[in-house]
Amino acid sequence: MDRFNNKLGIVRRGMINNNPTFMLILGMCPTLGTTTSAINGLCMGLATMFVLILSNTIISAVAKFIPDKVRIPCYIVIIASLVSVLQLLMQVYVPALYKTLGIYIPLIVVNCIILGRAEAYAKSHSVGDSALDGLGVGLGFTLALTVLGMVRELLGNLSFFGLKLAHADGMLAFVLAPGAFLVLAYLIVIFRKLTAKIINK
Amino acid sequence: MVLSLTVVCLVCSTILGFVYKSTAEPIRKAEIAKTNASIGEVVPAFDNTPSEEDTVVTVGGNSYSVFIAKNGGDIVGYAIKSHSTGFGGVINLMVGVTPDRMIYNTSVISMSETPGLGARIVPYGKFNAQFKGWDPDKKVLKVKKDGGDVDAITAATITSRAFTAAINNALAVFDRIKNVKTDMSNGQVQQ
Repeated sequence: MDRFNNKLGIVRRGMINNNPTFMLILGMCPTLGTTTSAINGLCMGLATMFVLILSNTIISAVAKFIPDKVRIPCYIVIIASLVSVLQLLMQVYVPALYKTLGIYIPLIVVNCIILGRAEAYAKSHSVGDSALDGLGVGLGFTLALTVLGMVRELLGNLSFFGLKLAHADGMLAFVLAPGAFLVLAYLIVIFRKLTAKIINK
Repeated sequence: MVLSLTVVCLVCSTILGFVYKSTAEPIRKAEIAKTNASIGEVVPAFDNTPSEEDTVVTVGGNSYSVFIAKNGGDIVGYAIKSHSTGFGGVINLMVGVTPDRMIYNTSVISMSETPGLGARIVPYGKFNAQFKGWDPDKKVLKVKKDGGDVDAITAATITSRAFTAAINNALAVFDRIKNVKTDMSNGQVQQ
C-alpha cells in the first residue's frame, strides 16, 4: 500500500506541485497558441503527454550510458525523433487535427517542459518512476490546456467542446491573444489558491 | 562520447526511417481521400474518379488544378482548386462550377485566418451559403463595400475579399477551359 501511495505521489506531484502551466509557467507558446477551443487544448495536451511519457522513459533508460558532456544533444535527438513519429502518425490517423494544431506539433521538440523533465527528473530516476512523472506532468499540462480552452471557447464563442450553446457571437477578445493572457492569469490564481493546502502539507 | 552520440543517432534515424516508410502510403491515401471529399462537396453527383482526371491550367501566371466530374460520360461540373491571399496567409479553396457557368458550391481546403473572425469561413455558415447557385452574370462577385453583391463577414472584410477573389480566379480558369474547347471545335487551337 505504501508503495502504491508512493507511486501515486509521483503522478500527483507532477500534476499539481510541478504543474507546468500553473506552477512552473513553462511551455507558454503552445498554451496560449492552441487553446482557442477546448478540443484543441485537449489534443495538444495529449500529444505533449505522449511525447513526455516516452521521452522520460527512454531517457531514464539510456541516461547511464550517455556521457554528461553530450547528454543534451542526445536528449534532443530522442525527443525530436519521438515528435516526428507522432507527426507522421497524426497525419495518418487524425489529419484534421494535424491541420488545426499545425506548427505547434513540431514545436513540441523545443517545449521546455519535455527537456526540463528529462534533466530534472528522468536523468536520475528509475524507468518506472520517470514514466509516472511523465504521466503526471502530461496530465497536468492537458488539464491546464483543456480548462483554458474551455473557458476561452465558452466566453469567446458561446460553445462547449464545439457544441454551440446560443445563437449569438461571444466576446471575441477571448478567442484572440489578449483573452488567452487574461484567462490564463485568472486560472493561475484559482489553481494556486485551490491547491495551496495540498502543496503545503 | 562520439560512440554514444553515433549510437543514439543511428537508432533514432532507423526508427524514423521505418515509421516514415510505413506511413508514407497511408498519408498519400488520406490526402487523396481529402481531395475527393472536397470535390464531392462542390459538384453535383458524379460516377467517375475526378482526382485521377486532373488538368493543370495556368491563368495570370498561377497554376490551378481542375478536376472534371462526369456522370454517365457527361460533364456535370468542374472542381477548381483555387487560392488567394487572405489576412493570415493563403486561403485554398475548392470551387465547383457547373458547365453553364454557375457556382455550385465551395469548400475550404486550408486557411490560417484569425480564429473567431476570418476563420468563420470554415464552419459553413451564412457566408459560404450565399455562394451556392451563384450566377456570376446576374450578381457581381465582389463584397458590398467594393460595390458587389457579396455579404462580407463582419470585421473580416479582408478574408471575405480573398474568398471572393479565389472564386473569381476559379471562374477565370473555367473561362479559359471553355475558350480553349470552343476554339478547338472551330479548328483553331489557341492558348
